[in-house]
Amino acid sequence: MTVSDLKQSYPDSSKPKINWARIEEAEDFANTVKLFRQGKYDEDSFRRYRLQHGAYGTRMTNDYAMVRIKLPAGEIYPYQLEKISQLSEQFSIGSAHFSTRENIQLHWVILEDVSEILRGLAEVGLTSREACGNSVRNVMCSPLSGVCSDEEFDSTPYALATARFFLRNPLSQSLPRKFKFNFTCCEKHGMVRMVDVGLIPQTRDLDGTIQKGFKIFLGGGLGNKSFVGHQLEEFTPEEDLLYTSIAVIRIFDRLGDRKNMARNRMRYLVNDMGWEKFQNLVLKERAIVRATQSVVTHLEVDNTPSIIKRPIRISDESGSSIPDGYARWLKTNTIKQKQSEYYSVFITLEAGDITSNQITALAEIIQEFSSEGHARAGFVQNIALRYVHEDDLPSLYSKLLTVGLAKSGALTMAAPIGCSGTTSCNLALTNSHRLAKEIQRKFLELKLDQDDDLRDSSIKISGCPNACGQHGIATIGFFGGGGRVGKEMYPNYQMSLGGRSDEETTLGATCHRIPAKRVIPVILKIIELFKQNKKSDDTLKDWIHRIVNGKEESYIKSILDMRKALDSFTIPPTKEEDPDFYTDYGSDSSYHTKTGKGECAA
Amino acid sequence: MSQEKTIKTTTDIDSLRSEIRDKSVRVIDVRREEDYKQSHIPTAVNLPLANLLSDDSPERVLKLVNAMGIDDETPVVVYDDTFGALASRVAWTLEYLGHSDVSLLETTFSKWKSLGLENDDKTPEIQSKEHSIHLKPEILATSDYLETSKDKPDVILIDNRERLNYLEQHIPGAISLPYRTLATQDKILRPKDDMKRLLDNRGISGNSEIITYCGSVGTLSGLAYYALKSVGLPNVKLYVRSFKEWKGLEKPIAKQQDANYWDLSAE
Ligand code: HEM
Ligand code: SF4
Repeated sequence: MTVSDLKQSYPDSSKPKINWARIEEAEDFANTVKLFRQGKYDEDSFRRYRLQHGAYGTRMTNDYAMVRIKLPAGEIYPYQLEKISQLSEQFSIGSAHFSTRENIQLHWVILEDVSEILRGLAEVGLTSREACGNSVRNVMCSPLSGVCSDEEFDSTPYALATARFFLRNPLSQSLPRKFKFNFTCCEKHGMVRMVDVGLIPQTRDLDGTIQKGFKIFLGGGLGNKSFVGHQLEEFTPEEDLLYTSIAVIRIFDRLGDRKNMARNRMRYLVNDMGWEKFQNLVLKERAIVRATQSVVTHLEVDNTPSIIKRPIRISDESGSSIPDGYARWLKTNTIKQKQSEYYSVFITLEAGDITSNQITALAEIIQEFSSEGHARAGFVQNIALRYVHEDDLPSLYSKLLTVGLAKSGALTMAAPIGCSGTTSCNLALTNSHRLAKEIQRKFLELKLDQDDDLRDSSIKISGCPNACGQHGIATIGFFGGGGRVGKEMYPNYQMSLGGRSDEETTLGATCHRIPAKRVIPVILKIIELFKQNKKSDDTLKDWIHRIVNGKEESYIKSILDMRKALDSFTIPPTKEEDPDFYTDYGSDSSYHTKTGKGECAA
Repeated sequence: MSQEKTIKTTTDIDSLRSEIRDKSVRVIDVRREEDYKQSHIPTAVNLPLANLLSDDSPERVLKLVNAMGIDDETPVVVYDDTFGALASRVAWTLEYLGHSDVSLLETTFSKWKSLGLENDDKTPEIQSKEHSIHLKPEILATSDYLETSKDKPDVILIDNRERLNYLEQHIPGAISLPYRTLATQDKILRPKDDMKRLLDNRGISGNSEIITYCGSVGTLSGLAYYALKSVGLPNVKLYVRSFKEWKGLEKPIAKQQDANYWDLSAE
């Protein structure tokens, strides 16, 4: 007997249906890095190659990369998590990061080790291919697709099929710029108007038979300049889904701006051309695609239902007491599914970060509690564990508590988003990542996660205007910059109010510049003003929308009034009075801005 | 055959079991005494790492080795429950003394036990032996040595601590190879081909002189010492007093500047 004979093996039913990996890409990556280091590959082509394979550059260094692992439709299986845990310990910082686009990111990886990560990922069917660069990025799907009580049907199989069709497809290997698909379950749970292609499943009755299809939104997106997407047509039948996607990508490929990197996302094309013209172009192109490609191309939509099997409980804890905090957690972290007796449980992380030990624990917890045997990444740097039987919720909570994954507030304002910021991003001006963690800690300390008035509001923070932290669609959004008093600099944030990503998608309105160390007091002040002026059934979100739209009746009637109410927070103290004001979170030396070469356009 | 033996860095489970049956091996358990007393691999003697480190001068080590019944010819296998790092430090010390046949058990004691393999709580009767001293200074790096040689083009300095600690501070010129990178789920060291590929990618190959170090006493870097030997690299040294001494001596330290990487950690 040797040790390896006893390796744990997983039954086939707990494995994903699609293998996204190509092992030979690991070898190729290793060789390419060697050639690059020997000077046989120029900087630009190497960067393109690296990004195409999912490795981003890192702040102020050429020695490290960030590897972005795609989770198409957000699906992640226990044995994949175990591998990622191992890889994060071996080649990264012992933690991994769940992003807002259903990727898992490993930071501070030595460039020469990236190929080893690709190799490890290939062992479990995952890839980072086309996770960065000018390609079709990870295809997202709502973490509630399949279980949402408001959905027409489960769009997950369509998201997976779309991801599969475009991955490594010659059609999308050198687009003018990155290209993103978001599928969702319903209007409420998703971000379909802030993406290149957003899709909501819908059905219609055609002479007594129910036809499946989508509401498709095109040309939205967040960034330095953000746009809201337009709906292509009333109803796009499912047979037309692929043709539409191909048509849009072909138009973008042909007409997208390849010269001006700052303006080459598809939304600029749509905006420059005008929606109607673009819409016509798409419909015409689709007719051509349909006519020329119908025989060879179709989406391989696998609609076989997942196996739902409640795991056999190893121990019966029914007699044991339920730990403190359970009710709070139940209220703020779980959603009842359309399947009776089942819940979806959300795990909130601090700005998406999770330790390798927690990832291993999570793998075990999924097997023990999720009747579908895998988990889904969410939209807000979080994780959803679905098909948890209602009777198992208390023991799941206890289990999560023991590994530090039971923080409450997952589905509330107490789960802010923070992009990477100065922890690793070359373009960052502030430590937005840490600020998000600080806000979450404060909110939980004050138990604001339990406040129903705040529940549907959100806080999102970017470390620069590029909007990776999605500040534009937050109820209270921030992006970082530097403030100045004479020769001294301090970290500062531009605050916007009233952004949203639902049916009434709008971008937040600019309100004020708030120094980093005043952000938390300002948020608390806004909440205090709301409490003073709210109507009986009000939520913070509604109140802020009335203010932004000039419809509020109390003394804070407009964004200008709000600005005035917050003025006192923005006056810098002298350095002698408050030296802390002049440092950013996570740093004890004086703040200064420093940026390197950005790769967003690469 | 003897050539083969000197580069053997780990002993697999099956071989160790048969060597124990043949009584042809001395097994050293480097865990704490109370753990050893509860259960250990049959015939193993106990040499807790802390005990060794309290005085690891060659004269003292010689006494310990003699008392464990080890002479120049005795094959020795060392194990721990700390992914091989403590065992490595003990094995290296024997090697430094001049013992040529010492290797690491390929796995940890917990894994051994979880496989249901034999263990007991008996302390064996040991007949003391006479070992010679033939120190091997070529496997040791001191701070002075390191300072003068680290910037030579043919010297590779490797830091085996975790990545964040490395980013925060390290010996200038060192490259980062966290100890976790060296192991697999089941074994303290990767298989040879796997290890070789990994090291090749990092440019750790050929005839360079390689010096490893870690945080304080040369355990994690001891494991790296054996990892490098396992792929046949000929010239490896352990900076046994490691970063703790270096810092204490106020020698130069390098840092990855202008980034708040600690804030990415969920610890
Ligand atoms: C001009 C440059 C960039 C632009 C316009 C840009 C844009 C965006 C946008 C809009 C998102 C939000 C996801 C979405 O809804 O689509 C995003 C996400 C992200 N971007 Fe960027 N990006 C840029 C550069 C970078 C750079 C240099 C990095 C650093 C390596 C980076 C790292 C990320 C990360 C980590 C996320 C996911 C956020 C999270 O969950 O942590 N981006 N980016
Ligand atoms: S918003 Fe700015 S700081 Fe944040 S990840 Fe994007 S580019 Fe970096």
